[in-house]
Amino acid sequence: MLRFILTRLGHLIPTFLGVTVVAFAFIRLIPGDPIEVLAGERSISPERHAELMAQFGYDKPLWEQYLVYLGNLLQGDLGRSIVTRKPVVEEFMTLFPATIELSLCAIILAILVGLPFGILAGVKRGTILDHGVMTVSLTGYSMPIFWWGLLLIIFFSANLGWTPVSGRLSVLYFFEPVTGFMLIDSLLSGEEGAFRSAVSHLILPTVVLATIPMAVIARQTRSAMLEVLSEDYVRTARAKGLPPLRVVGLHALRNALIPVVTVIGLQVGVLLAGAILTETIFSWPGIGKWMVDSIFRRDYPSVQGGLLMIAGIVMVVNMLVDLLYGLINPRIRRTG
Amino acid sequence: MTEVAQTPKNRTQKTQPQKTESPAREENATLLMLKEFWFYFSENRGAVIGMVVIILVVLMAILADVLAPHLPNEQYRDHLLQPPAWQEGGSWAFPLGTDATGRDMLSRIMHGARYSLLIGCIVVTLSLSSGILLGLVASFLRGIVETAIMRLMDIILAVPSLLLALVIVAILGPGLENAMIAVAVVYMPHFVRLTRASAIAELSKDYVTASRVSGAGLFRLMFSTVLPNCMAPLIVQATLGFSAAILDAAALGFLGMGAQPPTPEWGTLLADARDFITRAWWVVTFPGLAILITVLSFNLMGDGLRDALDPKLKRS
Repeated sequence: MLRFILTRLGHLIPTFLGVTVVAFAFIRLIPGDPIEVLAGERSISPERHAELMAQFGYDKPLWEQYLVYLGNLLQGDLGRSIVTRKPVVEEFMTLFPATIELSLCAIILAILVGLPFGILAGVKRGTILDHGVMTVSLTGYSMPIFWWGLLLIIFFSANLGWTPVSGRLSVLYFFEPVTGFMLIDSLLSGEEGAFRSAVSHLILPTVVLATIPMAVIARQTRSAMLEVLSEDYVRTARAKGLPPLRVVGLHALRNALIPVVTVIGLQVGVLLAGAILTETIFSWPGIGKWMVDSIFRRDYPSVQGGLLMIAGIVMVVNMLVDLLYGLINPRIRRTG
Repeated sequence: MTEVAQTPKNRTQKTQPQKTESPAREENATLLMLKEFWFYFSENRGAVIGMVVIILVVLMAILADVLAPHLPNEQYRDHLLQPPAWQEGGSWAFPLGTDATGRDMLSRIMHGARYSLLIGCIVVTLSLSSGILLGLVASFLRGIVETAIMRLMDIILAVPSLLLALVIVAILGPGLENAMIAVAVVYMPHFVRLTRASAIAELSKDYVTASRVSGAGLFRLMFSTVLPNCMAPLIVQATLGFSAAILDAAALGFLGMGAQPPTPEWGTLLADARDFITRAWWVVTFPGLAILITVLSFNLMGDGLRDALDPKLKRS
């Protein structure tokens, strides 16, 4: 097992170094030198320009600049935002809980809906239920979620008035964030109605963000079930006279879940990409919206830092999924 | 479809390498393989429906100038935000209503089909061709070149696709062309990985060795001997890539980083419509529906192609 972990880590480190090169190159690839880019539309005198170039170390050779950048990175320094002047890491950490809260709710919803329907479709292969689940899931998979979000807003917020349009909490409530997770903070605040408000703000974005993972999980569960149900040991279990529920629930499902777990893990990237659109539509103050805003404000250090953090998170989660896969499926571990 | 025809041709050569086949017989074999392909493809009703819808969308795009009732950018100042024909206040002059500047929605969506299909074509061509090239190079040269290429692909895959596309557009500047380049870069690794995996599997087979022994050069081995036999998964991935490209380019357009107004690209139409969602449902609903239907059709067809082209799934 240790060798397996070390091999996976061995893959991770060079890839992460590669991502640091991409993030490092990002500011330097934008037309104009970094100081011009950072100065934006403000004009800057040549003397001040040279002074700033020296101050930020941009006059040094590229490899030296990269080493300094890596050194800073190791100390957790990702630079400062041009707009707010705050450290990028600090901004990221303030907004990240909002994205985690939304993503967690979305993946839980996706599993709660996708898994049972996938199992049902697999067990009842060829029936109307199977066709229905497959049609709905392929539609969900093809959904432009930015449009889906707007449709839900039109129907549930504008027409029915059931849910709020944007944000995480009604302006009626105010309390200092403790954990950054609105559901927990609103409960801790003790303010009456705050939790309800937080939940109602969360519903539509959760549904929108969960749509694609839900479809992927349902489809993957169905095909895994189909594969497992045709195995000899399932036939044996059936031949022994075990009740169908026991065959499906105990014998088939446990093996079918192995690939499904991997697919669920791989949704992290999908969720973070989806968060960019979902958070923009619902003005959800998370890192997705922050990245889009930073790109529009030409706040390049924030984009650079955010890119690195998000890629890092996706890579670490993917590695954990890989390890988990090895843990629950020993065949992979031996060949790994 | 030409690639589809090539695969069987090479398979025939592979199984009967010593025989020289007459052109007529070869043509017959191709026809037989095409028939077999259609047999499996048409078994999947969804795939056939998807194909029909795609053909209709392509026709709509080609004939937009003739079919569309108005010019896409013509503004009718007396008909601002007019509802669709079947609603009160609507008229058949503007079947799907008008937008905030009085432009006909139907005409804009019809012309928008051109952009979406063009985006799909260009993105898939770019990512498929570069992906095939890099994948073949990786599988033939192995060693450090392969490691370098595959690590680079890992890096691209580590960043969520839309985020990477956004960052690339931030470097290149917003616009349709740059959005297409960005989306093509993002989807390239899938093609590289697929090509490499199937090429490596093919390289160990006897017909490749035979071709190598009889003196075929590197390029001939790559593109003429091995590549045609790796095409099946690539065609499936290309179809699915088409839908993903349309979705991502529309998302970039929606975020204001893709096609710029007044281009009637579907994502951009939705971005324009955001301010009117509470007042005019039709400006939001129809462009999104167009995206959904097109993307869904490509996905349906991709599923059917996979069933027809993947021999492992064939229930013969």
